[in-house]
Amino acid sequence: MTTVLETRNLVKRFGGFAATNDVSLKVEKGARQALIGPNGAGKTTLINLLTGVLEPTAGTVMLEGEDITKLPSHQRVRRGIVRTFQINQLFSELTPLQSLALTVSNQLGISARFWQALGRDERVAARCEALLAQFHLDDVQDQKVALLAYGKRRQLEIATALACAPRVLLLDEPVAGVPEGERQEIFDIVNALPAEVTVLLIEHDMDLVFNFARTVSVLVNGSLFAEGDVKSIANDPRVKSVYLGEGTPHG
Amino acid sequence: MLTLLFDGIAYGMLLFVLAVGLAVTLGLMNFVNLAHGAFAMAGGYVTVLLMDRAGVPFLATLPLAFLLPALVGAVAERLLYRPMYKRPHLDHVLFSIGLVFMTVAAVDWLVGSQQQIVKLPLWLQGRFEIASVGIGKYRLFIIVVCLLLTLMLQWVLGRTRFGSRLRAAVDDPRVAAGLGINVNQVFSVTFAVGSGLAGLGGALGAEVLGLDPSFPLKFMIYFLIVVSVGGTTTITGPLLAALLLGIADVMGKYYVPQLGAFVVYLLMVVILFWRPQGLFGRGATR
Amino acid sequence: MSAAQSIAADRRWRPWELVLLAALVISWFAAGNEHSLLGNEIAIFALFALSLDLILGYAGIISLGHAAFFGVGAYTAALFAKHVMPDPLVGLVVGTAAAALLGALSSVLVMRGSDLARLMITLGVAAILYELANKLEFTGGADGLQGVSMGLLLGRFEFDLYGRTAFAYSLVLLVICLLIARRIVASPFGWSLRAIRDNRLRAAAIGLNVDLRLGAVYTLAAAMAGTAGALLAQTTGFASLDVLDFHRSADVMLMLIIGGTGWLWGGVLGAIGFKLMHSVLSAWTPQYWTFWLGLFLVVLVMVGRDRFFKSWTWWK
Repeated sequence: MTTVLETRNLVKRFGGFAATNDVSLKVEKGARQALIGPNGAGKTTLINLLTGVLEPTAGTVMLEGEDITKLPSHQRVRRGIVRTFQINQLFSELTPLQSLALTVSNQLGISARFWQALGRDERVAARCEALLAQFHLDDVQDQKVALLAYGKRRQLEIATALACAPRVLLLDEPVAGVPEGERQEIFDIVNALPAEVTVLLIEHDMDLVFNFARTVSVLVNGSLFAEGDVKSIANDPRVKSVYLGEGTPHG
Repeated sequence: MLTLLFDGIAYGMLLFVLAVGLAVTLGLMNFVNLAHGAFAMAGGYVTVLLMDRAGVPFLATLPLAFLLPALVGAVAERLLYRPMYKRPHLDHVLFSIGLVFMTVAAVDWLVGSQQQIVKLPLWLQGRFEIASVGIGKYRLFIIVVCLLLTLMLQWVLGRTRFGSRLRAAVDDPRVAAGLGINVNQVFSVTFAVGSGLAGLGGALGAEVLGLDPSFPLKFMIYFLIVVSVGGTTTITGPLLAALLLGIADVMGKYYVPQLGAFVVYLLMVVILFWRPQGLFGRGATR
Repeated sequence: MSAAQSIAADRRWRPWELVLLAALVISWFAAGNEHSLLGNEIAIFALFALSLDLILGYAGIISLGHAAFFGVGAYTAALFAKHVMPDPLVGLVVGTAAAALLGALSSVLVMRGSDLARLMITLGVAAILYELANKLEFTGGADGLQGVSMGLLLGRFEFDLYGRTAFAYSLVLLVICLLIARRIVASPFGWSLRAIRDNRLRAAAIGLNVDLRLGAVYTLAAAMAGTAGALLAQTTGFASLDVLDFHRSADVMLMLIIGGTGWLWGGVLGAIGFKLMHSVLSAWTPQYWTFWLGLFLVVLVMVGRDRFFKSWTWWK
């Protein structure tokens, strides 16, 4: 088991407030790891630190043994760290097809081409078609994202992340706002990812966590409270007390 | 040299009074109002016209130079500006440029495009000599008046309920509204006062800066420099920025006359490159 | 439609585009001796507005100082013709290159900071250049550079008094730049600009180097604006401070707003529209036409551009 993503004594302060407090987290290659914790525990902040959206006050972030603390976010994506946002971050004036075509083009390394038209390369259309079908977006492929229903937008958010061919996928509450019936579908897609892809996900829905994750990290008040395999965390009385009733699935 | 410094301080204080309304407008409603100079121009013309046409003494015109633009500002805010707050910045820019064009042309048509001359009362003309430093009486007057205004502003902001409401609204409008602060009302009053101050600044500055219909265009960039370099979260920020700007401009024009205002613009570009949120602003949150 | 078909459809020439293109070409023939000078002016402004569209409409950068590049192109071309050689095409390339260089340098400044800081920097750069042109001797100061006489275009065509050659020259360059711009915006690079404009955070999150791309398009837009400026200096025979004035930056933005941002032809339509407005309004009130221009702008923004041009929505 190799560690693919690691933080060492990571700290993030906003003024006097420590959103991330001396977090040393290890994620193994091919992990299916959940990051849980009460609201305000600093989970999204941690994701932001891992992806370079925020700069840490102290500590380091390592990818496959290399220090990437100073690496800008777009370069981390190139190294394979891809995330989804808790609140959809999409290109509102583009269509799903155009968004995915651009993402795929970038992943293929051809997004700097300024003379050839988008999608000229056949690989782009092929990959887009596959993704659109997988996420049930083919019927709205040509509609402006701004006009899409929430569920479709969420699908696109995840599809965009997968279009980046991630090696480490960070999912920030991927099924937030998605109706019950469709949640499992999204998780099935994530489950179907190749074994080498590492997945770290923030989630509140405990059923999904215990169904999907093999390891769990618990974050409380910016610090790593507990870590372990999913069974021991599920039965840990300290974790239960921290949640105090938040163990019920969220709607 | 000290005379230059003194002149620079006078110029800076004047710029501060002119631009402070713009700083608060931007900080409070995130509205880029390029037409702010029009209110300054209005105040200047109020003074000049009252003095010329109605024989009103200079000092007596000053309160009116504050009130008229303040009133116009209050009305304009309610009718024209308020519907625009939620729009993207580009719309603000276009809208206020349109207003500038309108006011510049309107004033040109109404009063003509010649430079307006302010005949200062005798007791404000001339200069003192203190330890071989020349102190212009009028510039001293400007500094005193502006200093008083600044102190009043600090007092209002720091010691009155309105001031704390304003500071809360600048800090976080949504939370302020949630606390029951009528942000719209706060803003109306602030906009009006800011416009009034600009008018007063325009009146005071007419003798020093000149006054003609193109005033808003000529000085727009200076006001914007004060605001962007000084930041929009404090009063002292724009004050210090204005002083810096005033001194730099006066010194620059004296020591390197062939480059004129170049020094100031270069200084601004360098400062904004180094610290995009301004010298005293909070980190770029918007 | 499959994905492949849809993408392909995106980049195909639409019928109305071909019509507009044909109209541009025909305009030279239709202009004759009477209207060629006017046509030349409109073509130059259209090119200038097109360059602004690249950064404003496609990349979302608000610039109030785009005249800086226009002016640099104009002055460089004028100086080049006066002091080095009067060949128009070489001068054009030199003017364009100078503007591109300035664009590349100032793009570093423009990428940082919020909307306001960016606005100020664009204003500041233009203001600095204005001051320099005003005060330095070799730029002719407040009078500008006069008496710039150009050599033969392509070694054959003289710049005639009616502006036939000038109009053709500018028109050809406008069309070339339109075609280049069209290719670029249809490319992955062009789409990445739109993505950056829509959601900068997301753009970085899919791995795009936002700063670099913005810098690239800013430089391109600067180069194109420089071309327009050089054309102006070469076809009118002089370069004055006016080319660096704030009015230029404001006018070109207005042109683009009239014509519409983000579809490339907005520059052309906007230039025509602006010129029309200018003629009509100045005929009516020569000294104060800017009042009505300002009013138009205010109303346009308040009503909203899309609604404005669909007058049936006004009374909703």
